[in-house]
Amino acid sequence: MTAIEASKPARRRRARGLAVNFGRFAIMLATTVLGLLAVTFFIGRVVPIDPVLAIVGDRAPAAVVERVREQMGFNLPLWQQFVVYLRQALTGDFGVSVLTTNPVMDDILRVFPATLELATVGTLIGAGLGVPLGVVAAVRRGSIADQIARVIGLIGYSVPIFWLALLSLLLFYAKLKWVAYPGRLDVAYEYTFTPITGLYLVDAAWTRQWDVLWDAFRHIILPGALLGYFSLAYISRMTRSFMLNELGQEYVVAARAKGLSEGRIVWFHALRNAAVPLVTVIALSYAGLLEGAVLTETVFSWPGIGLYITNSLQNADMNAVLGGTIVIGSVFIAINLFSDLLYRLLDPRTRAR
Amino acid sequence: MTDPSLPAPESWRDWLLTAEPHSRHQARLGRAYVTWRRFSDNHLAVTGLLIIVALVLVAVFADVLAPHSATFGNLAGARLLPPGSPGFLLGTDDQGRDILSRLIVGSRITLAVVALVAIIAAPVGLLIGTVAGFAGGYVDAVLMRITDIFLAFPKLILALAFVAALGPGIENAVIAIALTSWPPYARLARAETLGVRNSDYIAAVRLMGASPARIVVRHIMPMCLSSLIVRVTLDMAGIILTAAGLGFLGLGAQPPMPEWGTMIASGRRFILDQWWVVTMPGLAILVVSLGFNLLGDGLRDSLDPREAGR
Repeated sequence: MTAIEASKPARRRRARGLAVNFGRFAIMLATTVLGLLAVTFFIGRVVPIDPVLAIVGDRAPAAVVERVREQMGFNLPLWQQFVVYLRQALTGDFGVSVLTTNPVMDDILRVFPATLELATVGTLIGAGLGVPLGVVAAVRRGSIADQIARVIGLIGYSVPIFWLALLSLLLFYAKLKWVAYPGRLDVAYEYTFTPITGLYLVDAAWTRQWDVLWDAFRHIILPGALLGYFSLAYISRMTRSFMLNELGQEYVVAARAKGLSEGRIVWFHALRNAAVPLVTVIALSYAGLLEGAVLTETVFSWPGIGLYITNSLQNADMNAVLGGTIVIGSVFIAINLFSDLLYRLLDPRTRAR
Repeated sequence: MTDPSLPAPESWRDWLLTAEPHSRHQARLGRAYVTWRRFSDNHLAVTGLLIIVALVLVAVFADVLAPHSATFGNLAGARLLPPGSPGFLLGTDDQGRDILSRLIVGSRITLAVVALVAIIAAPVGLLIGTVAGFAGGYVDAVLMRITDIFLAFPKLILALAFVAALGPGIENAVIAIALTSWPPYARLARAETLGVRNSDYIAAVRLMGASPARIVVRHIMPMCLSSLIVRVTLDMAGIILTAAGLGFLGLGAQPPMPEWGTMIASGRRFILDQWWVVTMPGLAILVVSLGFNLLGDGLRDSLDPREAGR
């Protein structure tokens, strides 16, 4: 890259453009989270169960019901209730979980690292294999590699993840005994190992407990590989599409005319240009895995936020369900918008406008 | 063909492919024929179409095709029989019910879910997108903001929350999935609308005095249909997977309904020794969503050649 000294006005214009981008980003984030809260508030209202009756029981005298209703603020007009709800939600107060009797936020903070670790391993596997596969598929269009990428993509888009998870448990755990049973650690380590960040792989490596690291690895590899497969299907397909686009550009012809080796053209010039939209795709697939982990966590008894939500669902614990929905939704929204912002920052062409 | 005394030996193919059609009817058929030729060149797409046609036929004739009852089993004599047992091609489940019969009857549920979601979500998205794109200004800004908000939500989680509030059941699962799947259609319809709203034919219709509603319904919506159909077909696999996922979590169809996801959930307890109870419904889901994906890819390539090969 040659360094081009930007003139002063141009630099100022760029700075202003950045500020506008950040401003738009903040407004988008705020309105979208507001919309999310409005939807969860609405869902909480349409629940057929009266939340007051759920607390006092249906045999309580009418006076008691009325008093509790006032205490909980359910006698206020709906918009006032929504304002109260907003204030609570924005300070991270989602009420108390009926199932665990802890504040929902505490529960979520406790289980979230497990989901984060799983989604990160999945994305690392998916991007690490998906990008090279997509590049090769684009360069050798119609070759065996392209066909393999196509089949992987089609099956990835068509297979029910919970079914694949069950069958892979049957094969790799029950029959072949290559991986450990569902959960994050063996029972032996469960009570002796004190997590620091909650990301067990990081914690174990940090404290140099190699046996724990190996055990955590044996537990995470199968669910991680499954999520990785789904992100691989998406990432390889998008990589192929972006690369086909780049390889048809004139600069590739120019690079060929200059006599550059094919490998250099593909991996340095074309991939570098495709990398900008790819970052967005990888970020989106990461957000998708945070969400998609719900079914995988259920099958693998992985104590993350997905398992927390489904457990709460089965016990009609609405505070926990809605709190979990808001947290996953907010993270999802933030990653979505952040990847959009990143795209604008990385691609000079979007700055020119 | 200028000389009527020498009628050219015109085959139906020439009639369809003529550059000078004599009627609108002929032109339309000709276009359809070209699209079909492009589509049928693609073997994978035809495979997908065959899978979907087979699914529809199985669902329609489920009562005739199913060899046993889907809800009542033989607890005494036919519990957890392996595939290939006499009379039970794919084996039986823990209630002694024939898995093949349950899959056949369950195809109705799958097809109904997919069709209902498409019937609810696609028109909503089409309406919002075309109105936003055609009206512009504040209407556009507000509608698209709402669309973006819904688009930014994680689908499965939102569907979970909806079902949690409405109560489990197949109807509520359909509503929840439809509520979360219209935004992409609105985006798509808006993009198509923006492409045509300033074109000459719209200006001509407007000059002739057509009302905005008429322009949107009669002259803009038809332009959005082909890309919308492609998108809906591609989404159907995702709808099936979401519905099966909700069923698996116990929030969609309830037992004893032979919904495929629910069947996987109830077979989970026997997976170590009776693998087929879980495996067979999953294969059915895989084949059907594969069919929709192949069909959608093929439709996209033949209706929109610009996108071909992507």
